[in-house]
Amino acid sequence: MRTRLTGWGRTAGSLAELTAPSTEEAVAVALRAPAVIARGLGRSYGDAAQVGGGLVVDNAGLNAIGPISADGLVTLGAGVSIEDLLTVSIPQGWFVPVTPGTRQVSIGGAVAADVHGKNHHVDGSFARHVRAMRLVTPTGVHTLSPEVEPALFWATFGAMGLTGIVSEVTLQLLAIASDQVLVDTDRYDDLDEVMAAMVEGDDRYRYSVAWVDCMARGRRMGRSILTRGDHAPADANDPTRHAPHAARLAVPITAPPGLLNPATITAFNELWFRAAPRHRVAEAQSIGSFFHPLDGLRDWNRLYGPRGFVQYQFAVPDDGAEAVTDAIARLSQSRVPSFLAVLKRFGAGDPAPLSFPQPGWTLALDLPVGPAKLAPLLDELDELVIAARGRVYLAKDSRLSPRTVRAMYPRLGEFAALADTIDPERHLTSDLARRLRLREG
Amino acid sequence: MENAFGQPQTIVVLGGTSDIARAVLKKLCSARAHHVVLAGRNQALLDEAAAEARDYGATTTHTVLFDATEPLDAARAVSDCFAAMGEPVDLVIEAVGLLGKQLEYEDDPTMAATMSIVNYAWPVAALAEVRRRLVAQGHGRILVMSSVAAIRVRRSSYLYSGAKAGLDRLSDGLADSLEGTGVTLQILRPGFVRSKMTTGEPEIPFTTGVNEVAENVVRGLAGSTRVIWSPPILRYVFFALRHLPGPIWRKVADR
Repeated sequence: MRTRLTGWGRTAGSLAELTAPSTEEAVAVALRAPAVIARGLGRSYGDAAQVGGGLVVDNAGLNAIGPISADGLVTLGAGVSIEDLLTVSIPQGWFVPVTPGTRQVSIGGAVAADVHGKNHHVDGSFARHVRAMRLVTPTGVHTLSPEVEPALFWATFGAMGLTGIVSEVTLQLLAIASDQVLVDTDRYDDLDEVMAAMVEGDDRYRYSVAWVDCMARGRRMGRSILTRGDHAPADANDPTRHAPHAARLAVPITAPPGLLNPATITAFNELWFRAAPRHRVAEAQSIGSFFHPLDGLRDWNRLYGPRGFVQYQFAVPDDGAEAVTDAIARLSQSRVPSFLAVLKRFGAGDPAPLSFPQPGWTLALDLPVGPAKLAPLLDELDELVIAARGRVYLAKDSRLSPRTVRAMYPRLGEFAALADTIDPERHLTSDLARRLRLREG
Repeated sequence: MENAFGQPQTIVVLGGTSDIARAVLKKLCSARAHHVVLAGRNQALLDEAAAEARDYGATTTHTVLFDATEPLDAARAVSDCFAAMGEPVDLVIEAVGLLGKQLEYEDDPTMAATMSIVNYAWPVAALAEVRRRLVAQGHGRILVMSSVAAIRVRRSSYLYSGAKAGLDRLSDGLADSLEGTGVTLQILRPGFVRSKMTTGEPEIPFTTGVNEVAENVVRGLAGSTRVIWSPPILRYVFFALRHLPGPIWRKVADR
């Protein structure tokens, strides 16, 4: 039976056969299909985990969670979600070293996208914490680490599944003494202020992220809420540590088109901004509400209506910071509705040819599909990003072109040549790979 | 692969020298289309259209020859187009059409048959092959060029309009058959369009140029409406015309 698959943005779907192997041998068999790609929990926004007319390998069957060693090492099946892992690890005093804005990502997906979190400026992206992993390719199974086959190890991070199917990952966890995070919150009236505060003070915090109102115009353009914090010390009164609970609310149906429009989003942003304190120090928040605020509402992507939405996330080096200001100014002027723009500083990147993070800034925007001016506006932003020597995140992308992706990822040729050594017949492909010609170098 | 905004990257045009198809192609090539296969009966005109597509941003073009009076050759023509593409096809534009000379043809059984073969039988055969291949891909779009003339057939063009009416109705059912396959079909119903096909024909109200039609097509492809009207107001105009009593319709239509 074929299944229609889309990314989290619910755009550009395609039909494929779906299989969920539970052993490496079964994964190897699946890789004989002429067109095949792995899929985790489907949280990539675009077309990375789908391949029209081909075979999609759901990693949910690879769900073993090994014991956590005294120094925090754990070996996990690639289909284990961060939520599953936290349920086990938080009571034992361990946290994932890197978490994106949702717990609903599989470990295999976290490798494929080389996910980053609010601590990238300190701890780097997911790859930095992986000690070893097993990768099933069309030509055999590889056990990889930074020391063993380092080229294939690094090439797998950020490659969106195009080097093979990860079956198992050994991860270094982070010790925590409590299930709370102590958070400092500050409100800023414009973008320059918040960016200056982040440059000056982010180093004092493990976690830091700013929310920017892209609908505000004029003097208030780019007004922001900056939240920064770290894990709290042990609570003497309540030493037990609780994992975040699963979502209790869900969006039951796809919203009618246009529910999220400039008027409703401007109103939402206004409320969000006003609800934040101007300055507050050391507020205790749960891990769930600090790291994964949207996980409280299942299927929230349905709010964007039948046409779905795109997320545009780019990174630029510090000397290209003007691209951030420029992008927000163009969005604000165009009145294209966008909310929950997230601004963050990146620390050092890793040696992975297709990994997204690079030192400097990253900005992520959620944009409903609909306004005719959106496609050309994002094409303009691509040029800004390229001129600043930056790049767009493939895990979010659903609209780059073969030309722009080559300007953003100059090591794509090197990557494609390596991929050909482990998959000379090019079984591994996806709608994303076809759209951007990622296997062609 | 098509992107999140419904902008195709790989396009096959059956009837690749049609002025409307060329205008649509120009717009799609300036957005994302980079690989185009044009099929038609005149190599020189196909080459010209292919050069135009490259001027507007296509990086690779191919041409395929066929004769629309031979519907049993349609599957071969479509296969050649897909083979020339060599990668999944995002959009197939079915733009084969012959307006012909109604007054000369209407008492000529051979020409009457030819009109229905070119405007109906060949496209139907081609669409069957296109359907099979796109469904196998698990994604893709089809744009069928119909006409507002299909909604109420005029005396002055019934050979053309009647065949288009058949194609239009058939396409509606074909589109229904594609539910759940990942493939969608949209029907384009332009009004009177100034083009080489209509040179010398008298202009009527709501006449547009090919660029305006292309604009409406691009907007329509970004959405999911079954029928793309151009100009959009014709949807309402033809709703009214369709229900006019015969005697009044004849006065209006043959004015």
